[in-house]
Amino acid sequence: MAITITVNGKRHEVAASPDTPLLYVLRNELGLSAPLYGCGLEQCGACKVLRGAEAVTTCMLPVGETDGAQITTLEGLVEDGELHPVQQAFLDEQAAQCAYCSNGMIVTIAALLWHTPHPTDEQIRTALNDNLCRCGSHARILRAVRRAEVLMWGDEEEEASNE
Amino acid sequence: MSDTPETPRTPPANLPAANSPNQPDLSEVAGGPRAVWGQPSRQLDDWLAIEPGGTITVYSGKVELGTGVRTALAQIVAEELDVSLARIRMVMGETGRTPNEGYTAGSKTIETGGMTLRRAAATARQVLLEMAAAELGVTPDALTVEDGVITAPDQPGMRVTYAGLMAGGRFECLISDTAPLKRPEQYHLVGTAAPRFDLPAKFTGQPAFVHDLRLPGMLHARMVRPPRLGTTLVSLDEGSVRDAGVVRLGNFVAVVARQEVAAIRAARDLRVTWSEEPTLPPMETLYESLRHEPTTDRVVTASGDADAALQRAATQLTGTYTIPFQAHASIGPSCAVASFDDETVTVWCSTQGVYPLRGALADLLQMPEEQVRVIHMEGAGGYGHNGTDDVAADAAILARELRQSVRVQWSRADEFDGEPKAPAMVIALRGGLDGQGAISGWTFEGWSPSHGNRPRQAGDLIAGRLMGVAEPPPRQFLLGGDRNAPTDYALPDQRVTLHWLAREPLRFSSMRSLGAFGNTFANESFMDELAAAAGADPLAFRLRYLDDPRARAVVEAAAHRAGWDEPLPDGVGRGLAFARYENTEAYVATVAEVAVDTATGAVRVLRLVVAHDCGQIINPDGVRNQIEGNAIQSLSRALKEEVRFTPQGITSLDWDTYPILTFSEIPEIVVELLDRPDQPPLGAGEPATVTTAPAVANAIYAASGARLRAIPFTPARVKAALEAR
Repeated sequence: MAITITVNGKRHEVAASPDTPLLYVLRNELGLSAPLYGCGLEQCGACKVLRGAEAVTTCMLPVGETDGAQITTLEGLVEDGELHPVQQAFLDEQAAQCAYCSNGMIVTIAALLWHTPHPTDEQIRTALNDNLCRCGSHARILRAVRRAEVLMWGDEEEEASNE
Repeated sequence: MSDTPETPRTPPANLPAANSPNQPDLSEVAGGPRAVWGQPSRQLDDWLAIEPGGTITVYSGKVELGTGVRTALAQIVAEELDVSLARIRMVMGETGRTPNEGYTAGSKTIETGGMTLRRAAATARQVLLEMAAAELGVTPDALTVEDGVITAPDQPGMRVTYAGLMAGGRFECLISDTAPLKRPEQYHLVGTAAPRFDLPAKFTGQPAFVHDLRLPGMLHARMVRPPRLGTTLVSLDEGSVRDAGVVRLGNFVAVVARQEVAAIRAARDLRVTWSEEPTLPPMETLYESLRHEPTTDRVVTASGDADAALQRAATQLTGTYTIPFQAHASIGPSCAVASFDDETVTVWCSTQGVYPLRGALADLLQMPEEQVRVIHMEGAGGYGHNGTDDVAADAAILARELRQSVRVQWSRADEFDGEPKAPAMVIALRGGLDGQGAISGWTFEGWSPSHGNRPRQAGDLIAGRLMGVAEPPPRQFLLGGDRNAPTDYALPDQRVTLHWLAREPLRFSSMRSLGAFGNTFANESFMDELAAAAGADPLAFRLRYLDDPRARAVVEAAAHRAGWDEPLPDGVGRGLAFARYENTEAYVATVAEVAVDTATGAVRVLRLVVAHDCGQIINPDGVRNQIEGNAIQSLSRALKEEVRFTPQGITSLDWDTYPILTFSEIPEIVVELLDRPDQPPLGAGEPATVTTAPAVANAIYAASGARLRAIPFTPARVKAALEAR
């Protein structure tokens, strides 16, 4: 039985062997560029995608274990040419230097804000702790989370004061 | 980001430099400014072209390293030419196509490459206005330009465009040094936070990095490296891998496959054994052994009589500071793609210098330079000389051997193992205080190798060494070990000496700020030790010795913004550090606020306040981004980073064994920019790296009385320092 995965809304039959890490299927078989190789050890987060609504690393995840899964990559967060609020917030805050880690950061934050619309600072940092950035863009990324939160759900305090 | 030539500089008037390595006869030294900065053409057409559609193509020999210079350089050109930023198309870093500007390094892209482009654009504007004046029958000063459209306000209806005037033609003239430049008050683009051109693609997953380049029929390769450079291949069993070929050239071993995963598996499975010798010396005695190596000794600067001043001092202090090997640790391991067509090798890689690398590759391949092309594509942030040049060499060799396009992706372990490290350093300081608590004598002795080992020949590359090319002799050109070894303080009796090492146990080269990271850590920690011994406030103590108003301004700005005199809770302390980068460049002062857990030795940095004066600011958000990045990365280096090794090889090979700062450890970062629109722009890529470690060490002392003299400030070291109080 061939492995079937749905990536960014499109079904694909995978030719690779089931033990092939999902990262290489996405990049080499499907021609995507967003998930990047960083360590191959599930330590840095550069290769993350959304599996359902969870941000997962793909550098060690056998594609055989994702049979039938709904995968969304950074490319797939753009809908009808419109950026996802987290992508927009990253642009607004210019939240990168080399941007090699941006893929993992953005999908992790998209998942966080989906599950926890108004996270505490500690929840944000904990969610991002296994995403490494070497350029030191962390302060901007943290600001981008707050901006994305407002873009996605509105300003909590403003809402409260309007009531 | 870190290779700069030892530009002859004038020492402060009160410091006649004796036998200074800062002033060698550069013409005699291979790898002087020519290698570092290239010898770019002065032909205007080599720098910019007005396309028929109105696009301005800008050719820059500099490359984008994730710092935003693609956008900042475009801002400079668009400003002088009076065109919108959208008209600018940047072509950067390609041999045979862009000017030879040597390396993108030393925080000099805006200072050198940017200023050449400013002159080029001003020349183009002057030529175009003269052409327009002739066509419209007016004088050039009667014309105005808006987005490349030239009009004469007194002659309504008369208009010509840059594109129309050029009609696809060339300027055929040299860049003029006298073409009028805009005055800062006329700027509308320079000085604004223009958003970076490159980020939309990177935030939506478009191909953006060399890692994303796919050529038709491209093969995938992985390297199989010896545990240490110098060990030799004893046996190799080609039958141990399936679905992959093995390429072996001496000790250079690679596995190659159509499928990337097949190459990864083959690299893991290939049965290969290496000789047991040579081994590395023990790490435990690293610093002691460095101090007993043969050295070339140079006095960097000397004034008065340091020894006599120390002898008459009421109190004498000494402090010895150590800096470990550190890794650039790019988040994306190095990658390159190479092809072989028509007897030409083309390499796409993220090198910091396409022309210098071409020379080294030509030597490695034993091919004429004309048959080697190097094209820059972005990689993950590099912060200096990391693995990118070496992976380019691996790809070039494989493409030529296999006569096919090959993509080489280093593994995480390949990168940590193979990248040249920031070298280890030892610094011994001695200072005296007179009866009034004033400094009486200061001596600095540093042990450091030259930090400049960027490849010039086959033996500088890992591939060359593995293929049997001898290791070149140590460079005669001594770079970086003395950077910021002299302080910026007016000290009447002082002597700064560098003991230049020829070798160190691990391969090393340039990393962000070179020796300034370690030297400033030592100097600014020791200033604090002297202030404490004098019973003086560290801020007031420094200001006593600072004459330069710009230096005083950043120190005062950082202190003010940090609330220097405001009380802090128990266990929390504030520390200050200041430097003028390279003693001649940007001014930076950092105040760290730190909490120390005396039970565990854990240090928590709460806030870093950085005041920064880099002259005229081209893009304030770009500068802020660089400062924030410098602060966070150097905090990571100060608190956590040390490349570990045993006699069998480097053991820091992944993110567990070489941890860097994570989100939970990120302090609040406050940046105070002191803009000087009337001053020349100075680089911002490195200065704020040098003041973090001493500011944190001084804050730890203020919080707990523990004096940290060894980087990194691990909990074990803090506990030991607490016990030594």
